[in-house]
Amino acid sequence: MTTSGSNVWADVIADPRFQALHRRKTTFLWGLMAVSVIYYFLLPIGAAYYQDLFKIRVWGVINVGLLFALSEFVVAWAIALYYSRVASNEFDRLAREIAADYADRAGV
Amino acid sequence: MKSRTTLLGSSVLAAVLALAALPAQAEASAAGQYRWLTFAVFAAVIMLTMYITYVASKRVKSASDFYTAGGGITGLQNGWAIAGDYLSAASFLGIAGLISLYGYDGFMYSVGWLVAYITVLLLIAEPCRNIGKYTLSDILAYRNDPKKTRVVGALSVITVSTFYLTAQMVGGGVLVKTLIGIDYEISVVAVGVLMLSYVLFGGMVATTWVQIIKAVLLVAASVVIVMLVWTPYGFSLPAFLADVVGDPKVQAQVAKLLGDPAKTMTAAELGQRFLEPGLYFKAPIDQISLGMALVFGTAGLPHILMRFFTVPTAQQARKSVVWAMAIIGGFYVLTLFLGFGAARHVGAANISAVDAGGNMAGPLLAQYIGGGADSFMGNFMLAFVSAVAFATIVAVVAGLVLAAASAMAHDLWVGVVHAGDSVPPQQQVRAARIATVLVGATAIVIGIAAKGQNVAVLVALAFAVAASANFPCVLLTLYWKRCNTTGIVAGMVVGTVVAVGLTLVSPNLTYPKAVRIAAHKVLDGEAAKRATIAEAIASGDTEKVAKATKDAATLDKAVKKANDDIKKVEGQETSFMGLEKPLFELKNPGIFSIPLGFLAVILGSLLRRDRRAEDLWDELHVRKHTGLLASRPTAH
Repeated sequence: MTTSGSNVWADVIADPRFQALHRRKTTFLWGLMAVSVIYYFLLPIGAAYYQDLFKIRVWGVINVGLLFALSEFVVAWAIALYYSRVASNEFDRLAREIAADYADRAGV
Repeated sequence: MKSRTTLLGSSVLAAVLALAALPAQAEASAAGQYRWLTFAVFAAVIMLTMYITYVASKRVKSASDFYTAGGGITGLQNGWAIAGDYLSAASFLGIAGLISLYGYDGFMYSVGWLVAYITVLLLIAEPCRNIGKYTLSDILAYRNDPKKTRVVGALSVITVSTFYLTAQMVGGGVLVKTLIGIDYEISVVAVGVLMLSYVLFGGMVATTWVQIIKAVLLVAASVVIVMLVWTPYGFSLPAFLADVVGDPKVQAQVAKLLGDPAKTMTAAELGQRFLEPGLYFKAPIDQISLGMALVFGTAGLPHILMRFFTVPTAQQARKSVVWAMAIIGGFYVLTLFLGFGAARHVGAANISAVDAGGNMAGPLLAQYIGGGADSFMGNFMLAFVSAVAFATIVAVVAGLVLAAASAMAHDLWVGVVHAGDSVPPQQQVRAARIATVLVGATAIVIGIAAKGQNVAVLVALAFAVAASANFPCVLLTLYWKRCNTTGIVAGMVVGTVVAVGLTLVSPNLTYPKAVRIAAHKVLDGEAAKRATIAEAIASGDTEKVAKATKDAATLDKAVKKANDDIKKVEGQETSFMGLEKPLFELKNPGIFSIPLGFLAVILGSLLRRDRRAEDLWDELHVRKHTGLLASRPTAH
């Protein structure tokens, strides 16, 4: 792998902007990941152990279970759009700034 | 180039001839006078994809072109291609079928296939784009011993792809046989030859465009059918579903699924039960285990990961996942209408009469919506959906073959055999093409050899291995500094062995003793049931006679099935693995094999310290977040 400008990687990591980017991404990504995994597994768990709740009719013949399954789609799309928005507005800008400052030394 | 055109032309000819050899007995196919229509629609779709392959073949010059379309695909294009790669026959025909036969559980099953992309989006797609070049092993080899990690990575990729490929080839062969009535062997060869010509001549460029076109056709066909199904209800969801649950065919299907408990239920209760969980999934832990394999396995599927190397930047990789999620999720919502529509209009009994797994629900609904089996439009719609199903199989298989071939040529041949030498681009492309032919030919042979086998388990197995071996390795090498070669090798081996091993001793296999006992139970009970039926018929009561006649028909079927089952397992005492009964009670191993895969990577990494892997961490960590030094698309 390219190692021109031997300490460039350590320097980037020491850069406060990179640390801020890393910190923000870590909490944001793993947080969203946890939310989506928990929300997803509520569906099979509910279908298996809370059938009485899932059977309650709320809109014509449509019951809680069906609405919950449909909400999984909405939540998945919402998470994707939310992430994509934060990433384009925030992460990309920081990443571009850092990349531009160190590009020469990294050997681009 | 001239010889290539000739070759391409002759493979089109071979495929068209194979399809033209339509014998008389097509089970779900068009009536005799409309067979030319099926043929015309199929020929049109094949010609279109072949034209694209021809155009693409002129653009494939380097290894980068062959594996990743030179990195020149846009996010939107890649989103459609991912959807085309992912919506295999299993998810496209299978889920609509499950909904049509089991209602709610079928729809619930589709959710996991979409949520899987959250994992891909948040954790995998962008880092992979920033770090990798052509294959999954590129990521594993980055800061680890390249030879060892490429060997285990390539083996795992080939394993996963082969499982998935076999399932697609066998499923595809059966499907094409049912849809247009050609022999199983011919349809496997037709799928294989077409796929080979796309990949061989057009590489990733052609594969991508075939996947895009197939996805667009699939979505377009589904939208048209759903509109036609839904319009009579004024686009009201409750009105549509109320009509579904009020249908006697749906109520009869629920009664059949529930058995004895259904006797005390009213017709309205039976119908409503179709929208409630539990008709298909009986074991909650198994279902959660399956969910884990889907949600974490998709991020480890080599043919999906490979798609992220076809876009120029991490931003485009992100955009492509968001588009893919919109298309795939939207498609599953449409599937809800396809499945329930088929249950209402075609009926579960008619659907499972053609294919027990329900795979024909979508095509049969298309035929009904178009005007029925005797109408021009009905047959046109059936032919169109069948052609899309055929394109689906070919497109998915092409992606899989490309992934397996890249593991052989790029990882094993260039990365391991020629480690350290620089292999000229011409030779790299030739190696990729040779590997493609090898994998493609193997796929055809396996497809024919596995005729009649139950291959549904292989798709689940592919996801289980991807989730238990590939996913922990890729995730931890990207996000954990201490992860190293020993951990990767341990994780790949343990994840694969545990997932495959548990499946081999699971209830997925046939256990002759259990089959025989169940069959004999049916046969032993026959006499008593016959007596009850005879008694009812003798009573003269019209209602009782009608019910008894129905029961007699059901009994006849059960007896025939029992006799067939006994014949099938004749002379066998144990399963393929030499077991009388399953050692492991779950059908899906994920809930055990995924944590064990992670544990193996962690313990392996901790066991041996690797200074080099830790020294290279800084570089990987920075590049992963910033995209510095990410490989750029080649200019054309």
